[in-house]
Amino acid sequence: MALLQIAEPGQSPDPHKRKLAVGIDLGTTNSLVATVRSGESVTLPDEQGRHTLPSVVRYSAEAQPEVGYDAHASAVADPHNTIQSVKRLMGRGIADVRKLGEELPYRFERTEEGMPYLVTAAGAKSPVEVSADILRTLQYRAEQSLGGELSGAVITVPAYFDDAQRQATKDAATLAGLKVLRLLSEPTAAAVAYGLDEGAEGVIAVYDLGGGTFDISILRLSKGVFEVLATGGDSALGGDDLDLALANWLIAELGLGQNLSASEARYLTEQSRAIKERLTDEPSVEVELAVAGAQKTVTVTRETFGELIKHLVTHTIRACRRALKDAGIAVEDVKDVVMVGGSTRVPQVRAAVADFFGRAPHIDIDPDRVVALGAALQADVLAGNKPDSEMLLLDVIPLSLGLETMGGLVEKLVHRNTAIPVAKAQEFTTFQDGQTAMAIHVVQGERELVDDCRSLARFVLRGIPPMAAGAAKIRVTFQVDADGLLSVAAQELSTGVQSSIQVKPSYGLSDGEIERMLKDSYSHAQEDLALRNLREQQVEADRLLQSLEQAIAVDGDALLEAAERQSLEASMQTLRELREGGDYKAIEAGVKALAQASDEFAARRMDAGIQRALRGHSVDEIEEGR
Amino acid sequence: MDIKQNYFEFYGLPEAYELDLGQLADRHLELQKQLHPDRFAHLSDQERRMSAQYTAYLNEGYATLRSPLLRAQYLLKLRGIDTHNESSAQIDPMFLMQQMELRERVEEAPQHTDPDGELAALDQEVAQAMAELQAEFRRMIGEPSQEALDAAASAVRKMQFLDKLSREIERLEDELY
Repeated sequence: MALLQIAEPGQSPDPHKRKLAVGIDLGTTNSLVATVRSGESVTLPDEQGRHTLPSVVRYSAEAQPEVGYDAHASAVADPHNTIQSVKRLMGRGIADVRKLGEELPYRFERTEEGMPYLVTAAGAKSPVEVSADILRTLQYRAEQSLGGELSGAVITVPAYFDDAQRQATKDAATLAGLKVLRLLSEPTAAAVAYGLDEGAEGVIAVYDLGGGTFDISILRLSKGVFEVLATGGDSALGGDDLDLALANWLIAELGLGQNLSASEARYLTEQSRAIKERLTDEPSVEVELAVAGAQKTVTVTRETFGELIKHLVTHTIRACRRALKDAGIAVEDVKDVVMVGGSTRVPQVRAAVADFFGRAPHIDIDPDRVVALGAALQADVLAGNKPDSEMLLLDVIPLSLGLETMGGLVEKLVHRNTAIPVAKAQEFTTFQDGQTAMAIHVVQGERELVDDCRSLARFVLRGIPPMAAGAAKIRVTFQVDADGLLSVAAQELSTGVQSSIQVKPSYGLSDGEIERMLKDSYSHAQEDLALRNLREQQVEADRLLQSLEQAIAVDGDALLEAAERQSLEASMQTLRELREGGDYKAIEAGVKALAQASDEFAARRMDAGIQRALRGHSVDEIEEGR
Repeated sequence: MDIKQNYFEFYGLPEAYELDLGQLADRHLELQKQLHPDRFAHLSDQERRMSAQYTAYLNEGYATLRSPLLRAQYLLKLRGIDTHNESSAQIDPMFLMQQMELRERVEEAPQHTDPDGELAALDQEVAQAMAELQAEFRRMIGEPSQEALDAAASAVRKMQFLDKLSREIERLEDELY
């Protein structure tokens, strides 16, 4: 049945133009793209009808990179140029990668920034670029299928991803030319997919064991709001580790040494994965293996496999216990448990989760697709397609953020499981007479020593006037946005000397590098970067003008004096004229000027919104009181 | 941007220690629905930025009002007493003695024959003492006299000690797993 779309005046400027928005699950093993079509969230297949895209990219000297099934087919034959599980490298430094290193067949090249680059036939590739290639493939698929340019995407990340990993993911989207509407936690996305289907209320737990990451989130669902109470996990634990545990056992069974070639090692992990998957339905699996001169028929029972992975499963259950404690929720108060991620098909994992929570977990929605489906639902709302939607997703920061203080200790400014967005300030002082600069080292993690936490960024506040030790007052402010991304500002209070940075992780890409890569990709695609800049600024100008027009239509009479309104409308006219010119810098400046001119109006509207929310409440209470 | 209302005003709640947590939670969700950046995702950068600032204030306010200790500290701060950042303050020596004894027991708990049970018992004891101090604070903060305000501040300082202790218990519990 066709539904009439009814838009309130000023609610939807162009009701006929539905924005094309997608949800993307950028997974360790597989990736998916989904969208809302006729009110229903669906994953989009490729031309062959396949919904999942293996997160595998193969580089070659001459041709464009291959992404997906074809690349995966070359994994054993061409291990150095075929990049798998790149998600495990996102936002990681060379030292972290070394820790994973023995299990990865790639060659790394170290850069000045300390970010590991993968050496391939097509040159050195950062993990961000590899992820961008996967995103581009999904974007192309979506645009082909939906018949137009995407206005934005919600991209999911593990809830336990730290700032560096989130930033790297966002950078990958920028490189692919995707506008990120939001980075959304995978367990929250899954909860949305379940919650909207069932109109659930109450506390739920989402256990998400994917290919390379593990998350546990405790959420409260109430009237369309999904509030994350606490989250925990391990961003380096997943199905890959289950495969490795089995592969190591196979190496021992076959009597092989540790000196396997990259191909041989990959052959064994691929075999292990296949055995693991078969063990979901069969109590015991017999395989004939031929590798590195050894040939043997090996039998793996479910019990054997269970023993091999027991410590990993126990580790996840411990994280569940801690998340419940952080949420202040007793295990009996959890109404439902939802399973997400391909690795939750492993019977031992299901049994352990059911045992801990004392109830059978939900597995009704395909655990491989549920995250993308939920992300698409949020993308639809964020793009502005559902102005009446009550849905709102409230998230927390998974790991504490702090600063290095004297003696290599960490002073935490934002504690784990704090609701975001959040802003926190703390004052510090100098420790030497006449000190004129202060080094600021931002770290993330729960441990007390800096060396045990993740280093996010270092910067220096200079120009502090020479004073006695302890006299200067330096205020450091941490701001975390709704995507979980941090920016830090430092200010000396007596002089107002300021220094601030958008935290670019110690081994992330700099803005310059991103720009260069973007330029490169555009010269290949024969599209002009300047044209792209112009289009972006025009879109931003339109967005600002449109939302101001609506705002004036709704609240102009109530909240603006006649003179204020006139001056605002004059600024708007200026921007309209600039927009028609071809100078993107002038438009950018015009947007900034208009934003400033309308700041006060925007603030009044926010306050009016608060009053409305509170008033709405007292009305309810009066009615209930009758 | 400068939000001038204090957290109680922001939530439209009376400025008192006694608080209906259910009502606070409901209002929090209502305000989130108005202010959260996701409500402005398709609008201009400016509105998104502003909504992030408001929401950050909202989240901080919610965390403060929801926690019995933070709420008490905040009420004192509104009356010009900052117990959180003060460098020195007089604390009842009897209380300090009890604290030292408790702290010793906490530190020795991992060596106890039943560390889980001992930590749970200590947790219970700290919670009990905390509840008594909260009751004391509730009585005193409502009184108009300076003596009562001093007594309220003194209760909060004691609560701060107990809070540190309960965090230490939690840390040891984490380590046992």
